[in-house]
Amino acid sequence: MSIIIHKNTKILVQGFTGKIGSFHAEEMIKYGSNVVGGVTPGKGGITHLNLPVFNTVKEAVDQTGASTSILFVPPAFAADSVMEAADAGIKTCVAITDGIPSHDMVKIKRFMRRYPKDKKMGLVGPNCAGIISPGKSMLGIMPGHIYKEGKIGIVSRSGTLGYEAAQQLKDLEIGVSTSVGIGGDPINGSSFSDIIEKFENDDETIAVLMIGEIGGPQEVEAGQFAKENMSKPVIAYIAGLTAPKGRVMGHAGAIVSAYGESAIEKVELLKECGVTISKNPSVMGETVKKVLVENNLN
Amino acid sequence: MDIHEYQAKKILSDFGVKIPTGGIVYSPENAENKAREIGGSKWVVKAQIHSGARGKAGGIIICNSPHEVALATEKLLGKKLVTNQTGEEGKIVNRIYIEEATDIKHELYLGLVFDRPSESIMVVASTEGGMSVEEISKDKPESIMRLKIDVAVGMRKFQARELAFGLGIETELISKATDTIRGCYRAFTDLDATMVEVNPLVISKQNEILALDCKMSFDNNALFRMNNIAELRDKSQENPNEVYASDRGMNYVSLNGNIGNIINGAGLAMASMDMIKLAGGEPANFLDVGGGATPEKIVKAFKLISMDTKVKVILVNIFAGINRCDWVAEGIVQALSKIEIKHPLVIRLAGTNVEKGNEILKKSNINYIEASTLEDAANKAVKALG
Repeated sequence: MSIIIHKNTKILVQGFTGKIGSFHAEEMIKYGSNVVGGVTPGKGGITHLNLPVFNTVKEAVDQTGASTSILFVPPAFAADSVMEAADAGIKTCVAITDGIPSHDMVKIKRFMRRYPKDKKMGLVGPNCAGIISPGKSMLGIMPGHIYKEGKIGIVSRSGTLGYEAAQQLKDLEIGVSTSVGIGGDPINGSSFSDIIEKFENDDETIAVLMIGEIGGPQEVEAGQFAKENMSKPVIAYIAGLTAPKGRVMGHAGAIVSAYGESAIEKVELLKECGVTISKNPSVMGETVKKVLVENNLN
Repeated sequence: MDIHEYQAKKILSDFGVKIPTGGIVYSPENAENKAREIGGSKWVVKAQIHSGARGKAGGIIICNSPHEVALATEKLLGKKLVTNQTGEEGKIVNRIYIEEATDIKHELYLGLVFDRPSESIMVVASTEGGMSVEEISKDKPESIMRLKIDVAVGMRKFQARELAFGLGIETELISKATDTIRGCYRAFTDLDATMVEVNPLVISKQNEILALDCKMSFDNNALFRMNNIAELRDKSQENPNEVYASDRGMNYVSLNGNIGNIINGAGLAMASMDMIKLAGGEPANFLDVGGGATPEKIVKAFKLISMDTKVKVILVNIFAGINRCDWVAEGIVQALSKIEIKHPLVIRLAGTNVEKGNEILKKSNINYIEASTLEDAANKAVKALG
């Protein structure tokens, strides 16, 4: 098994007919993802990339049985589309959109709390690269071919740093079960611990690589979760050692504003939780390999 | 985006928060007139820069006559103020705010921010106003009250009342205090702010509740729907290279080192800076040209880096995904045909079609140092410093 997405997961594309939505929908289809249609309000009834277009997510879910969506809607309208997906019974929504206002994100999170746990949508992102279960399905904007099939779970805030890790692992002939980009925004959907918990419960994953950065409490929370609940080893790299305090480093969420949010503090706190630290971004793959050998997992 | 104190106070007063009478001036003559217009016998001359801790840096002067107000204004205008928040280069004073002096009875602290752990809006209040919130949490943590707000229903009156009573405000002032606190909350939510900090919020001897100083920051991602806020931007308070970059849609932060960086993706950019540091160098900047790294973006990035006089070596690190290294390499060749780069250039490409990309660079007449891994790139960049 992989986590969140599998070979047959039925995928809807929200913002399907736009330039970016079309481009990445095609890439996903080429990779083998089971894209069943898309939603663009006002364009319902037409066919795009040989797939049906719907006006509303509800209609699309009714007609296709889709359980999952990926969102390329522009930032001004994205919050609305995420809530629409949650209300239509979508189980997992990956929001690729970069630049959703924080006040909208707070409202999205509040809105999602109205559904009972078994009906609550899992949101991944926004401002993320999406999810890939190599060889099975791609629900994102990553270059699929750099991921080798295998047993390491990756969870990363950054897209490109996640690619860097996948490439390093591939060069060492180590594969990935699922890679999840949770995005660089200060208030986001799934947290590091949400994803790590899924990896712990996944038969195919034997170890987890977590790629964090400065800002926010999520990396350290995940470390604490791992200490208390994980049987599988966790390896982490935290970016932003040289980032000055109080400045936003590209990702809206990458800002040090409280204790425990700088890279050095996060590394120390994670070590206390028993997480193995990759000293620098060039040895993420090697560090994973070392941990696999030490734990007789290779 | 940050704004000035006087702009923040104007906003607060629009939301029903009382502020001392004051006005903005641009010259000593202007200042003297403004002081007469305000009236009274004591004024505060306040340098408007995007920073706190202005008092300690000499940016706030108390005056006893309109003439003194003019002299204080003359002293501050055009000066660069260095505070513990501005960095060594300081920030230039182009605007002065003249305000009537307030007879202070109590100084309180009131702040609104996003709380990342609870993913809601948090109000922070303390009886120890006048100190920075960092100092309060260090010296008087027991004085701090925190309250999470449910955004679906907003801040209820009882919540504001709880805060007001918690701050020890006298019963006859409670209603004024709750209006003030709720006004700040409405400003925070209605205007897409990421921070509203009133410090100090004072109770005057005349029993008025006044915002004596205020800082506000806004969500850059929301400026598209906040025209009235967007126009408050003061570019003179920002690093010129950062202004150039943000006007062209690039994520750039100027730093103190001498190795210039061009990287795609914020995480990879931070990681590359870390590698430079570990290799014994110092990055001159953070620059994320975006996941795409199109040729146009690379041209703009080279222009930006070559504007920075600190830069002695340039490091390009691109992980090409869907955009392919050959395409990125063509972008680099195109950029360098337009801009002359005098410094050593280290290029590391990775990802899709990396061999093709490196071949294109080799065949071109670009003078550069090829690197294979992140570590190799950082080491070569530091070595190229000589």
